[in-house]
Amino acid sequence: MSVPNDRKYADSHEWFKLEGDVVTIGITQFAADELTDITYVDLPTVGGKVDAGKELGEIESVKATSELYTVVAGEVVEINEELGDAPELVNDDPFSRGWMVKLKTSDVSPFDKLMDAATYEKHCATQT
Amino acid sequence: MHKSPLHDIHIEQGAKLIDFAGWHMPVHYRGINEEHVHTRTKCSIFDVSHMGRIRIQGTGAQPFLQHICTRDLDDTQVGQNKYSHICNEQGGVIDDVIVGRYKKHWYVVCNASNRESVLEWMNRHCESHAVKIVDETFETAMLAIQGPKAIGFVEDAFGLDIKSLKRYWALTGSYFGMQYTIARSGYTGEDGVEAIVPASAVGLLVPLLLGGADREDNVCMLAGLAARDTLRLEAGMPLYGHELSLEWDSLTAGQGWCVDLSKDFIGAAALREIKAGQPTQKLVGLELDGKRIAREGYPILKDSRPAGKITSGTMSPTLGKSIAMGFVETEFSEPGTELEIDLGRKTNPARVVPLPFYKRPKSN
Repeated sequence: MSVPNDRKYADSHEWFKLEGDVVTIGITQFAADELTDITYVDLPTVGGKVDAGKELGEIESVKATSELYTVVAGEVVEINEELGDAPELVNDDPFSRGWMVKLKTSDVSPFDKLMDAATYEKHCATQT
Repeated sequence: MHKSPLHDIHIEQGAKLIDFAGWHMPVHYRGINEEHVHTRTKCSIFDVSHMGRIRIQGTGAQPFLQHICTRDLDDTQVGQNKYSHICNEQGGVIDDVIVGRYKKHWYVVCNASNRESVLEWMNRHCESHAVKIVDETFETAMLAIQGPKAIGFVEDAFGLDIKSLKRYWALTGSYFGMQYTIARSGYTGEDGVEAIVPASAVGLLVPLLLGGADREDNVCMLAGLAARDTLRLEAGMPLYGHELSLEWDSLTAGQGWCVDLSKDFIGAAALREIKAGQPTQKLVGLELDGKRIAREGYPILKDSRPAGKITSGTMSPTLGKSIAMGFVETEFSEPGTELEIDLGRKTNPARVVPLPFYKRPKSN
């Protein structure tokens, strides 16, 4: 499994990529594979505010419904509109075209508690 | 954990394996949606070796099966299979099975999750019948070959005439020394066959059917249990543990067509009473607005009041709609009735629709 080095990971299998004050959020290949075919992603409204540790959206797959969480607080500046017609992008390319939400944040301190790629890979290995 | 005789092939084909009823079985290979669509348009091989295969021998086989099955079996001819329920005294469903009659024996195919309870039930009720009950699950394997191309594909592969085989009827024979039973049946809503072959032969047979690396048309590919589930749901077929259980009787579960109340069998008295009293709930098909999926156990509401419970739901790959089945109070079971599904944080509009959701186009 190849996990990109340019971002951080939560133990609930979201990834967080920081560029300036904007954090892009998605789920990992491990999470996508576990969920099986994703059929729908319920994303928040652009302009809305969300607190750290709160739910951003919901992901429907053939197997289950699961939540998307954010570790940082912020304002939703963009959502991946492409997922509306093509939720399978999350299965096919979760680290790039399958991104979900961009948040503008003023507090990046929660990043310190996230895992780097190598640690996250070890975390996944314990879950199989 | 039991392993299918095709276990190594599943791994080689990139399957994700899960524990299913005590068996390590493939849930998918390339993607559930892709395998689903492939089955609806071409043909798929499903390994269903985890299902229970029980041979009933002896002069008492027919009266014994007639005693435990809801379906009338007395007019069953050699080579004919019938779908039936096995019920307890209360009419609760112990399992749904396929019962087949062969020259010198009868055969019962049951769900993997119920194999042990079916065997126990059979052994408990066979005392007054001259029968021998033999569990052949582990010495045989079972494949379902399903899809619009399945019949032609199987005819080419085995040199058999399947087209003239009636639905649910079976052929038996030998293919290069390999004993087989091929029945025209399945659990996908497509035409196709289910084949029982020796466990020792299936590992050679499946690569032969798939054609190896040099077969480029990919007409026939492997598909996993997840696609089998979404396919059967579109076809409105009940799944034990969801639409069928000890909790519900066969009539309430909408399977009265396989219950013959004019004969005597275990559960008949209770089922006659249920029929006379009108079931209070009914299994229905539901279509949800939007893209959320109704999962097993979600409450069904009518004007915000409890009206039933979801048993299965999925996003239908063929219809592009969110579909579900569930039990609702009889007064809300008419097609067209507007209901809501409680998704937890919000409710989602839904309506009762006739089953099945999907019916295959009539072929010639």
